[in-house]
Order: sequence, then C-alpha cells, then structure tokens
Amino acid sequence: MTAIATRQPVATAGRVRLADAVRMEWLKLKTLRSSRWLALITVAGVIGIGLAVLTYYPGHYAHMNAASKASFDPTNQGFTGMVLGQLTAGIAGVLMMTSEFSSGSIRATLAAVPRRRMLLAAKALVLAVTVLLIGEVTGLITFLIGQYVVLQSVPVHASLAQAAPLRAVLMIGAYLPLMALLGLGLGAMIRHTAGAISALVGLVFALTTIFAVLPASILHAYGRYLPMVIAENSLSAVKPDPYSLSPWAGFLLLCGYVAAALLGAAWLSRRDA
Amino acid sequence: MIEARGLTKRYGPVAAVDNLSFRVLPGRVTGFLGQNGSGKSTTMRLIMGLDRPDAGRATIGGRSYRDLRWPLREVGAVLDARAFHPGRTAYGHLAALAVSNQIPRRRVEEVLSQVGLADVAGRRAGKFSLGMAQRLSIAAALLGDPGVLLLDEPLNGLDPDGIRWIRGLVRSLAGQGRAVLLSSHLISELAQTAEHLVVIAHGQLLADTGLAELTSGGQSLEQAFFDLTEVGA
Repeated sequence: MTAIATRQPVATAGRVRLADAVRMEWLKLKTLRSSRWLALITVAGVIGIGLAVLTYYPGHYAHMNAASKASFDPTNQGFTGMVLGQLTAGIAGVLMMTSEFSSGSIRATLAAVPRRRMLLAAKALVLAVTVLLIGEVTGLITFLIGQYVVLQSVPVHASLAQAAPLRAVLMIGAYLPLMALLGLGLGAMIRHTAGAISALVGLVFALTTIFAVLPASILHAYGRYLPMVIAENSLSAVKPDPYSLSPWAGFLLLCGYVAAALLGAAWLSRRDA
Repeated sequence: MIEARGLTKRYGPVAAVDNLSFRVLPGRVTGFLGQNGSGKSTTMRLIMGLDRPDAGRATIGGRSYRDLRWPLREVGAVLDARAFHPGRTAYGHLAALAVSNQIPRRRVEEVLSQVGLADVAGRRAGKFSLGMAQRLSIAAALLGDPGVLLLDEPLNGLDPDGIRWIRGLVRSLAGQGRAVLLSSHLISELAQTAEHLVVIAHGQLLADTGLAELTSGGQSLEQAFFDLTEVGA
C-alpha cells in the first residue's frame, strides 16, 4: 500500500450505554407528531368519557334500588374512559417498535445502537416513564373533575384524602404505561403494525368479549385474570368485587403479563432485522 | 478495515452469501460488484450485524459490529435510501442518531450542509424525493466522521449532479484514509470510482483484485466482469 493520510483513531474511551440509547429514544418519541396525537387522544378520551358517565349517573342514581346505591362506586365509574385509554396507550407502544420496521428506520437505529436488548430496554424506559406521567396526571384530573361533578347531585362521592380512592387513582394511572409496555412487547415480537395491534386488541378486548358470553361459572372463575377486568374491577375499584382479584394481586398479575411480553421480545430480539 | 471470513448466509436451501472472504482496506475505494441478487446487500447487512451469518464472521477493525464502542463514529452505512421515519424531520432524524453516540450537535448542521439538505432540514423526511432521501442517508453515514464507510448502491435515485457529487465525495473520503466499500451493479460507475474490486456472483467470490489488474488485458471492466461471471456460472 502506498503511504496515505492516516486518520486519528476514534476515541476508545467509553462506549454507547443505556443512557445514550434512552436519550435517543426520548428525542425520537418527542419529534413525532403521532406520539403527540396519541397522548392527546388518550388524555381527552379518558377525561371526556369519565365525565360523560358521571354526568349521566346522578339522574340515574335517584332511581337505583338500595343495593345498587350501596355498590355505587364513584371512583370506579369515573374511569370508564380507560377502555379507550388502554387501547391508545397500547397502540403507542406497538408503534414505537413496528414503525421502525415499516419505515426502515430500524436500520439507522440498529446502526447507532446495535445491542438489541439495550435498545428494547431504552424504548421500554422512555415509554414507561412518559406514559406513567400522562396516566397519573390524567387519572388525577379525571378523578378531581369527576368527583366535583358527582357531588353536584349525589350524596356519595370519593376523596383523595381516603386511602382507597387514592390507591385506585394511582393504580389506574399506572395501568396506561403497563398497556403501553404490553404493546411494545407485542410490537417487538410481531414487528408488523397490523399484526401487533390485532394481538393487542385480541388480548384486551376480544378475550373479554368472549368471556362475557361464556357461562357465568367460567366467567366468575377465570374472568378475573383478564387485563381489562383487572383494570375495571381490581385497580380502579374502591368497593371490592367478589369475583375479582384484590387491587395489588391484579396489579402484580398485570406486571407479570408485561414482563412476559418484554421477555418474549428480548428472547426474539436477535432475529434478522 | 473490514474483514469478511467465510461469511455464509442461507435462506432455506439457497446460499445468498457463500463462504465469502475479502478485506476492505483503508485509503482506497473498494468496489463491490455483482448482478442484482448476487448477495451484495446481504453481505452488507451481515457486516452491519442486521442479519446473523450461518457461518463465518465479519469484523470491523477486528470487532463484530455489535461490539463496536461508538458504532456511528467508527462506521457509516447507507444500506437503503429510506432508513428513517417519514414523520420525522431530517434534522430530528440526525439529532436522535447523534445523541445516541455522543456526537456533538453541530455535526448535524455540518452534514446537512455537506449533503445539500440544509434548506430542508426542518421538513418531514417522508416528503423527500428519492434523491433527497439518499442524501439524508449519506448525511447519517457521515455524522460520526467514521473511518469505515459502507455504501450500498448510493447512486440510486440521484440525478447526474448527484452522481458526480457522490463520485467526488467517495474519492475524497478514501483520500482521507478511510476504508470505503461501494457496491453497485453499474460497472461503468465502479470503473470510474473504485481502485480495488471485489466481484461476486451467487454469493461467491469471483475476484478480489485491483481495477488495473482486472482490465490489464486491455479489455473494459465490463468485458472483464462478463468473462468472470461466465466462468463462474
């Protein structure tokens, strides 16, 4: 070889670490219009649907029998909008991964951070923290406005000064990041937007709908393990449901589902990209 | 330096890359020549660690891609024009890549100017023409000022001005002492740009030699290529 201008060798100090990958993923999430839309739909949907339900209830409450009045849970009713929120949060998680494959940006991403489990961890961290913040703030706003509305015409309402409603508000807020992480795990395993969203809808909605038409004995025995049932009857419930898991048992089971999805994604991460 | 040793990748019974060994040395443009489907892109993907080889190994400066400390500061790659999210701006795309490898933010502006995209840096990349997309991918490759460049068909979609620009860019990158692997199915293009050639067909190595040696019989590179591939077939 002839003599050539030799370049300075690159700095050998340090290396790409999880914190670097986290900064990248945060910037990527922040610079997409679709993330802001999903956040907006989630917040507006959860608050709006909750308000609509609580505005309707007072008129209804007057005609309830004593048993229904006794089981009326104003905290839980205000979170009906989580039916929508769990979907938009889950889709945000799916897209965080599948949009990389559909657009081809995965090649640029893996060129920058070739360690795939580190990349998955970075995405999970950014997603979890962002959606947790959105979930908790949305939960608190939904609760506070909701109880104000309820108080206008019904003698029963809940307050954050009570332990059970406070726990319910914080737990249902954490339901959104759990669903987002479930979506991320499914997206990482399936790698196609349509397939991963179908799997998410299947796990969250379709299973619940199928259980609803099965004999009551089956529903009562196994329905409690469904994510949506956990959200409605365990996490956000102040008055316990006899056929449902306790709030903490439900929360831990959901964490288990999420861990399974993310472990599956980590296990499959070495496939050709 | 890039080194492939016994690199093999099978898709079912078909070997897309078959026991391929070659080196890409610094300070010169190594042309990677083969027909469409001959395994050039697969080889590049194996070097980048996007796909896993069934046998053999590809290293960059002695390490697998996934073991590089600061990948973007060591290797720049253009594997496919559209390697970005269409909803992100050119600036946003590069800024996210820069932050992952602790590359100073000013480099984003520098490479955007270098590839001629400074004026459209704030536009969403999904609206870019193929030529602009190609320039954005080249900007991403240059971001970390890497010593090794892998360019897979970088001329696709470029107009004559763009093609001339790439030719000059590739030569100057090699002149600065970088190792450049430039794949193309355009024989005439490589005849003008490359000093060394790695020629493959059906995933197998046909020649790893200087351009001058390959065309020493006074024949054109095109004729030399067809002589090689017909013997190999």
